[in-house]
Amino acid sequence: MYSEKVMDHFMNPRNVGEIENADAIGEVGNAKCGDIMKIYLKIENDVIIDAKFKTFGCGAAVATSSMATELVVGKTIEEALKITNKAVAEALDGLPPVKMHCSNLAEEAIKAAIEDYLVKTGRLEKNCDGEVCGRRCDDIHHHMDIED
Amino acid sequence: MENKMIYFDHAATTPVKPEVVEEMMPYYTNKFGNASSIYSIGRESKKAIEEARERVAKALGAMTREIFFTGSGSEADNWAIKGVAYSNKDRGNHIITTAIEHHAVLHTCQYLESDGFEVTYLPVDENGLVSVEQVRKAIKPNTILITIMFANNEIGTIQPIAEIGKIAKENNIYFHTDAVQAIGSIPVNVNELNVDLLSLSAHKFYGPKGVGALYIRKGVKITTFLHGGAQERGRRASTENVPGIVGLGKAIELATENLEQYNKKLIDLRDRTIEEITKKVPFIKLNGDRYKRLPGNVNFSFEFIEGESLLLMLDMKGIAASSGSACTSGSLDPSHVLLAIGLSHEIAHGSLRISFGDENTHEDVDYLMEVLPLIVERLREMSPLYEKVKRGN
Ligand SMILES: Cc1ncc(COP(=O)(O)O)c(C=O)c1O
Repeated sequence: MYSEKVMDHFMNPRNVGEIENADAIGEVGNAKCGDIMKIYLKIENDVIIDAKFKTFGCGAAVATSSMATELVVGKTIEEALKITNKAVAEALDGLPPVKMHCSNLAEEAIKAAIEDYLVKTGRLEKNCDGEVCGRRCDDIHHHMDIED
Repeated sequence: MENKMIYFDHAATTPVKPEVVEEMMPYYTNKFGNASSIYSIGRESKKAIEEARERVAKALGAMTREIFFTGSGSEADNWAIKGVAYSNKDRGNHIITTAIEHHAVLHTCQYLESDGFEVTYLPVDENGLVSVEQVRKAIKPNTILITIMFANNEIGTIQPIAEIGKIAKENNIYFHTDAVQAIGSIPVNVNELNVDLLSLSAHKFYGPKGVGALYIRKGVKITTFLHGGAQERGRRASTENVPGIVGLGKAIELATENLEQYNKKLIDLRDRTIEEITKKVPFIKLNGDRYKRLPGNVNFSFEFIEGESLLLMLDMKGIAASSGSACTSGSLDPSHVLLAIGLSHEIAHGSLRISFGDENTHEDVDYLMEVLPLIVERLREMSPLYEKVKRGN
C-alpha cells in the first residue's frame, strides 16, 4: 500500500534525532491520536540550515517527517512556511488516501517550529502555552469514512 | 531483505492443509454437480455435504440436523443474532452481549438497536473476562438472547462459557457463542456448555475461506436468513459451496483429532514467547488473561511506539503479525477490545498480536526474539515519547 519512496524513508529515515540548542522546536499531534511529530531546526539569518525529527506514529508519519526535514533544509523560513501537506506527500510519490492526514502532521510541525522561532526572536506574540500549543486530534486528522 | 516468511497471524487466517485441499479438489472438477440435482454427480455432491455435516456434528457433540452451513463466520453470527431476535420478538426485545465481541456480532447488535431492540454491552475486566455474576444481573424479563464470544480474536481471552450457558438455561434464554477463534484450538462440546447456537469459520482451522457453519440446537426458534431454494432444509438458500463444505468437514475432523497435541505445542510456543518478551523488553504490557487464553495467542503493548510501524519493520524482516492500532484498522481509534480492557489510547496504539499455528517452530521464536527487541528499541529511539521518559530517569 505504500510507495517505494515511503518505505525507503520509513526504513531509512533521514535526520532522525535532536538538535542541541535548536533555534526552533515544533511539536504537533498527541499520543491519543497515535501520532506525534517533533521537529528541531537550526536557523541562520532566517535560513534553515539543519533539521532533525522524532516521531511516534505509523509508517506514513515517519516517512513524511523524514521527507519534511529534507524539504526544509536550505529554505528561508518564508519558503518553508509555504510547504504544504500535499507537497510533502507528492515528494514521497503519494500516500494512500487513509494516510493523507499524516502529511498534515509534517506541515503543522514545520509551521509550529517556525512560529516558535518567530516568538523566540521577538517577532511574534506567544499565543499559547505548552509545547503542543493547543492543537487537537482533529486539527491534524481529517475525518475518514472507512468501514472495516 | 530476508526471503523466508514467518507467519504469526493464524488468528487472521490459516493456510489450507494439503489433505483438505485434496478432498476438496474433485468437487471443483469432475464431481461438480449441483447437490439439488437427482443424477449421480448431483447425488454425490449431496452425499459429500452430508458427510461434512456429520464431521462437524461429531466435532461439536451435536446432531447432524443441528448443523447448517453458511458463507462465513460473519454470516453465522448475523444469522444467529438477527434470526433469534426477529423470531422471538413476541417474547421480548433485550439482548445481552459484551463490549469485546467481533464486529460481526457488535455491528449486528447495533443494527438491531436501530430496529427497536435493546442491547446490554457488558464490560470486561482488565484481562478481558466477563463476570458470570454480571451476566446474571443483566438478565431482565424481556431478555431473549445472550451472545458472548468463546475466545477473543485479539487478546485470546477465553470466557466462562459453561457457566454462562448454565445461567442462560436456568433462565430459559437462548445462548449464542461466536466460537470462530475457539474451534480447532480448544475442545468445544455444545451440550456440556449448554450452548444453543454456535458460529464457526473454516479458514481459522486450516480450512478454506468463505465457508462457515451455525450450530442451531433442535427446537430453537430462528428465522430463515437467506430466502430462496430449499437448501439447508429451507433455512439457508443458495446452491451449496460443495468444495468449501467438504473442506470445512475435513479440516474440523483433522483439528479435533490432533487437538491435544496441537494445543500442547502452541502453549509451549506461547508461554516461551510471553516469558522472553517480558524478560527482554522493558515498558510493555501483556494484554489478555495470562492463563485463560487461546493456546496460540500472544498480545503485548509496547509503550512509546505505534503498532503499524512495528508491523512494517517486522514485515521487512519477514515476519507477519498484526496490531490493534488505529493505523492498521483504518479508523482514528485503536481496537475496541484494547480500550475495553482499560488501555489508554497511547498504549493501545502500540499493540502487537502474534498468533501461532501449525507451521511455527521454536526456531521461529528464536528469530522473533532476535529481531523484535531491536525493532522496538529502534522505534523508541525515534519516538519523542521515549525521549521524555529517558530524560525523566
Ligand atoms: C471471533 C471472530 N468472529 C467472527 C469472525 C468472522 O469470520 P469470517 O471471516 O469467516 O466471516 C472472525 C474472523 O475474522 C473472528 O475472529
